[in-house]
Amino acid sequence: MIAFAEPTTTYYLLLSAVLFGIGSTGLLVRRNPLIMFMCVELMLNAVNLTFVALSNRFGDIKGQTAVFFVMVVAAAEVVVGLGIVISILRRRPGATADDLAELKG
Amino acid sequence: MMQMLVFVLASMMVLVGAVSVILMRNPVHAALGLVLTLFGIAVHFVALDAHFLAAVQVIVYAGAIVVLFLFVIMLLGVDKSEDLKIEPFPIQRPLAVVVGAGIIGLVAASVVRAGDTIAEGSPLQADGDENIRALARNLYGDHVFAFEFTSILLIVAVAGTVLMTRKSKKADDDRLR
Repeated sequence: MIAFAEPTTTYYLLLSAVLFGIGSTGLLVRRNPLIMFMCVELMLNAVNLTFVALSNRFGDIKGQTAVFFVMVVAAAEVVVGLGIVISILRRRPGATADDLAELKG
Repeated sequence: MMQMLVFVLASMMVLVGAVSVILMRNPVHAALGLVLTLFGIAVHFVALDAHFLAAVQVIVYAGAIVVLFLFVIMLLGVDKSEDLKIEPFPIQRPLAVVVGAGIIGLVAASVVRAGDTIAEGSPLQADGDENIRALARNLYGDHVFAFEFTSILLIVAVAGTVLMTRKSKKADDDRLR
């Protein structure tokens, strides 16, 4: 019977909650810096889906404008983050996040 | 009926891709799982009448960002599989799963509790190019300064990355010595 219902905003919000949880679990579990970045992208996409679902529900375009800005910031973040990863891994190949504890106080 | 089918299929794409990002041992496979997730999100955007964002999602995320990831993976040669059996901190994984499940549980509980009490506005016009018109009016009207500042942000990010990853002349000299 659930197959005949229309997907409501709640369904989209639940999906993005699950996606955000998967992303945060991966961020905590994986030790490869590149995969950790991918998990950050998953979490950003979960938030984008929330914005668009609620923009559709409220009938307000501002949520989609916010998603636009999130995408720009995500692109800038990936560029800077991958630059850091390249400059670290060029010096010490095969470094995981556990090996990079030099900034520890 | 049709909308529910689209929702279920796109959600399966999203979840299978997301799980494969965190479970695949090879980073290239994880990047391909990320592509699957991003396409699923784009399908959801189309279903929610956000046509412009769906196009941007495919072009920018699946097109540019994942290609950047794959470039870095290939450039650094880190595409060998990682052994997931090694656990540096034995308590880390159970704790991470607990944190993830806790986030999902708390957010899902609040969403279900809020349920249908979320205010419902008049639906956005979705026919033709009305979505992109409304988005452009909002972006270039109310948020034009923020839009201009994103260009500064992108310039700073690109310049900073070039400075950071450039091999200095001195380091090359040291290596030759």
